[in-house]
Amino acid sequence: MDLTYTPEEEAFRSEARAWLEAHVPPTPLASFDTAEGFEQHRAWEGELFAGRWSAVSWPLEYGGRGTDYIKWLIFEEEYWRAKAPGRVNQNGIFLLGPTIMDVGTAEQKTRFLPPMAAGADIWCQGWSEPNAGSDLAGIRSKAERSDDGGDWILNGQKTWCSRGAFADWMFGIFRTDPAAERHRGLTFILVPLDQPGITVRPIAQLDGETGFAEVFFDDVRVPTTNTVGDVNRGWQVAMATAGFERGVSLRSPARFTTTADRLVDLYRSHPDAELEDEVVQAWMDAEGYRLHTYMTVSSLLEGGTIGAEASLNKIFWSEMDVRMHETAMRLLGADAELVSNPWLDGFLFSLSGPIYAGTNEIQRNVIADRVLNLPRGS
Amino acid sequence: MRFTFTAEQQLLQAAVRDLLAKECPPAAVRAAWEARDLSGGRVAASVERWRHLADMGVVGLLAPTDRGGLGLTEVDLVLLVEECGRAAVPEPVVEAAAVAIPLLAAANDDRVADVASGAVLATVGLPDAGPYVASAGDSGLLLLQHGDEIHALEPNHVVLTEHRSMDGGRRLSSVTWSPSEATRLRLSPGEVAAAFDRGVLAVSAQLVGLASHLVELAADYAREREQFGHPIGSFQAVKHLLADALLRIEFARPVVYRAAWTVAMAGQGGASGASAVRARDVSMAKGYASDAATRAARAALTRAARAALQVHGAIGYTWEHDLHLWMKKAWALAAAWGDAAWHRRRVGSWLLDSPVTA
Repeated sequence: MDLTYTPEEEAFRSEARAWLEAHVPPTPLASFDTAEGFEQHRAWEGELFAGRWSAVSWPLEYGGRGTDYIKWLIFEEEYWRAKAPGRVNQNGIFLLGPTIMDVGTAEQKTRFLPPMAAGADIWCQGWSEPNAGSDLAGIRSKAERSDDGGDWILNGQKTWCSRGAFADWMFGIFRTDPAAERHRGLTFILVPLDQPGITVRPIAQLDGETGFAEVFFDDVRVPTTNTVGDVNRGWQVAMATAGFERGVSLRSPARFTTTADRLVDLYRSHPDAELEDEVVQAWMDAEGYRLHTYMTVSSLLEGGTIGAEASLNKIFWSEMDVRMHETAMRLLGADAELVSNPWLDGFLFSLSGPIYAGTNEIQRNVIADRVLNLPRGS
Repeated sequence: MRFTFTAEQQLLQAAVRDLLAKECPPAAVRAAWEARDLSGGRVAASVERWRHLADMGVVGLLAPTDRGGLGLTEVDLVLLVEECGRAAVPEPVVEAAAVAIPLLAAANDDRVADVASGAVLATVGLPDAGPYVASAGDSGLLLLQHGDEIHALEPNHVVLTEHRSMDGGRRLSSVTWSPSEATRLRLSPGEVAAAFDRGVLAVSAQLVGLASHLVELAADYAREREQFGHPIGSFQAVKHLLADALLRIEFARPVVYRAAWTVAMAGQGGASGASAVRARDVSMAKGYASDAATRAARAALTRAARAALQVHGAIGYTWEHDLHLWMKKAWALAAAWGDAAWHRRRVGSWLLDSPVTA
């Protein structure tokens, strides 16, 4: 155990800090859930890529720096410290990218990864459907082979696609074997959203902006070379993605330690003895999440794996985020309801955490079934 | 940055776990409850168990090698104390191994060798840890705090008043005694505070082990016990109760392990600290880390004990079932050495009185 950073890690931190100080836009960009903000964020992704900072843990050949996850955590700490823009392509870089590296073909890697890292292709996820939410095995959108066998023909509907209103591409799961039951017979397919037959209907979220979309498929043709992993094995591919998402990459600790520090600052300007304990607890929880992540990442570096334990992370960060924002709202009292309240957007966003990436109820089932080995529900 | 234990550290942990499976099964924990004869001295099984732990190096782990110890640090000790917690070891592991040994070693006191070898059982009484001294009646050496001094007393120089703990394996006493120049340990300033923090760290590790065992017990039961024609562990209400208990434990663990590292580092650099700033930062980190550890471990524990009881239902509410042996130790230790609220205030006093943003 050595909880100090090596000179090399410190040098990496300095380099990241210097670059971010020189490049982070001095005024915040517009929300990436607006057309204007989306393009501003796309340009920022391009700038990050030009500095080789958009995907530091990716191999050099795809535009990354080939760093280990410890350095990725350090980069995230610096990124949040610098108040840099939100990552509009996070679903691509942090979810799909690692999946393609894991199970994609050589051709898919060279074709999809560099433009993903550069922000030229921005990705949304197409998993949920009107009748397939927590029970993703209920997916009905289907992919059928064209007569010549070279294309998939997609029909159906995806919904709650974050960034779907403006994204270029979707990675989705489609039913390819209608006779198969539940999790079998699904296939993971990459779909360009500018195809004929695709209709995108934006959906406004709690903040009034179109952060969601419904996407309709009407005889959409996609080459079968866009299949990731084996046909009819899409569930396994998707679950690998879910492991990355819940486990390490989706929500780095820096996001929450930054929020906790802001909360402590807010407490100083709005002291309330009754809430002091909550503020201290929030700060300790963020610190606890940071330590837990460093321990997980260290174990991965020594050859460990992350499995169902990833569900513990997802529950912890999402519920901590809600608590921290609730405490801030209570400290603000009557000013909390004002739209000028700088905590409001974060509060609303925190409420989505226990829902997306698998509801926390599902995560608790996963922990019970696969970590505690309790019998499956009857 | 590498937040892992070495293969050696994990091997020693496994060895202690194996030893305790043999020397401290639930029947032995129960026997320690029932053999409550203070005046008659230590019972044979307890003496034997302590000798095994000492032989393996657990008791004297923090003592220098030329004093019969292993010369290792709190990072090496923390996993072993966690195992002692998991097995609900009745003897004062925290007091002897984590607190008394380093105090005697720091004072360059010859008695450290006898404590490390297990020949003499030692315990400690620090006011911040609570008014009662654990295993005082069983101990051959008592290290007692008086202001910013620590005094070492033998049993014939103290008067004990026994108090029964709900954890029958824990033998508590109030101690009446008088400090004198002859009993005072020669310690440098800061050693008393360090001793307290070491105890807080160790009891936190013990609590994590206890909590893990409670969740394991409850999960085992939930797999076996059937109602409505199904194992109760297949019901979502039970699954979620246990998932939540596990969550708190798994997030307490790294906080405890980090605290061990911070205490170990402070121990190595404390005396020769070059500047006042460094001393301040080290003690700030140490104070925060041990408190955060305790706080997190204790939150986990309270949940684990209640979840375990709830899952067991009425059978868990009986004297006959072993569950209460662990639960009561959990509740006792959650309150000893400063409870969660006290430690949270200690973190708060550091956090809110200084700038946070780096």
